[in-house]
Amino acid sequence: MVIDSIAKGIVIDHIRAGYGMKVLEYLNIDTGVNTVALIMNAASKKHGRKDVLKIENITDIDLTALGLVDHSATVNIIENHVISRKIKLRLPDKVTNVIMCRNPRCVTSSESGIPHVFHLVDEASEEYRCEYCDDIVRAGAR
Amino acid sequence: MPTGLKGRNLLEPMDFSVDEMECLFRLADRVIEAPEQYADRCRGRLLATLFYEPSTRTRFSFEAAMLRLGGQVIGFSEPNSSSVAKGESLSDTVRTVACYADLAVIRHPKEGAPRVAALATDMPVINAGDGGHQHPTQTLTDLLTIRRERGGLGGLNIGVCGDLRFGRTVHSLIKALSRYPGMRFALISPEELMIPEYVRKEVLQKGGIPFDEVRMLQDVMPGLDALYMTRVQKERFFNEEDYIRLKDSYILDAEKMRLARPDMMVLHPLPRVNEIAVEVDADPRALYFKQARNGMFVRMALIMALLGVER
Repeated sequence: MVIDSIAKGIVIDHIRAGYGMKVLEYLNIDTGVNTVALIMNAASKKHGRKDVLKIENITDIDLTALGLVDHSATVNIIENHVISRKIKLRLPDKVTNVIMCRNPRCVTSSESGIPHVFHLVDEASEEYRCEYCDDIVRAGAR
Repeated sequence: MPTGLKGRNLLEPMDFSVDEMECLFRLADRVIEAPEQYADRCRGRLLATLFYEPSTRTRFSFEAAMLRLGGQVIGFSEPNSSSVAKGESLSDTVRTVACYADLAVIRHPKEGAPRVAALATDMPVINAGDGGHQHPTQTLTDLLTIRRERGGLGGLNIGVCGDLRFGRTVHSLIKALSRYPGMRFALISPEELMIPEYVRKEVLQKGGIPFDEVRMLQDVMPGLDALYMTRVQKERFFNEEDYIRLKDSYILDAEKMRLARPDMMVLHPLPRVNEIAVEVDADPRALYFKQARNGMFVRMALIMALLGVER
């Protein structure tokens, strides 16, 4: 399969196979307006299989939550057909309305309109703590 | 000397540093020595007590504290008598109350509700118990009692027994005591009611604090400086069968007390159901009613500190 290179935009490479759609959802890009290519199950020397996402003409999207979806992915910002910047993803220290608290005793389950805020507890185990009830969840298990 | 706590919230015990806690305890000591000197400190001030869950001693303790300081109290003791019954959000209720009162005390069945309240207003907010999460003013009571009995905090082997999963006083107590040097904990509970993961990982393991998780109270009694008993709380269970099966797991009686050191402190946040036999009340090591009295004094100190009228 051949997909053209882009002159300007973002290429997210080395996404874990099967996670491309989830990454696209998190980025919240209007695919009705923007040109987006999602390549699924491409061959990868590093991972065996990978997903790749190419987004044309956009370079300023919020990537905070992306580290949470797949922090092994690599992000390349493309300008004038060349990589102008590489972004190393890491788990964000704090995320808002990305992880939803599932503790039925948490105030977020009854009080409407309050943001679900989680803080990184342990990078190695990818654990986050709810700001309100202190419930701990693994980022991958949310 | 001012405590530096004016305008602050108390949502969980770590909101105050060890030094700030010490200032508060010294203020409470002064109140205990001469309560009449503080009888007018809160004249013209209004405390709102928003109790979305039943409470006897915590609510009475706060109300008594404010009245003994010369202040006044408004509030509700069950949400059906307020606009909450009409479906008002907690944030809106608190914003409205902040138009009238100088300080609010909140008890709520949902964990983290006092934080939501504090985010909605600039008025100081005190957490008087949120679900099975935290109960920091009970911790002030517990620490003041231990400190007054032992002359200080730290270097203690504390046994915590009963419902460690849903017992909010336990979570706050362990968090607060973990900041003092030389602490060690024996966590005595049925497997189903062990402490939550966040306390084990974030407080004990991260702090490098030695602790043992055991099933039998008798196994650890001889080594304890203090035993903190808790009630297995019916309202925290999703199913009644589990409650009935576990409620009598740990009962402290005179026979078990014979295994304890002659100066071991027995503490309990109250109310007790049957986890401490009435025969233990006569034992001089039983401090739980003294604790309840200390609770009022430390709340007097807290109210003065948050309103900045302690001098």
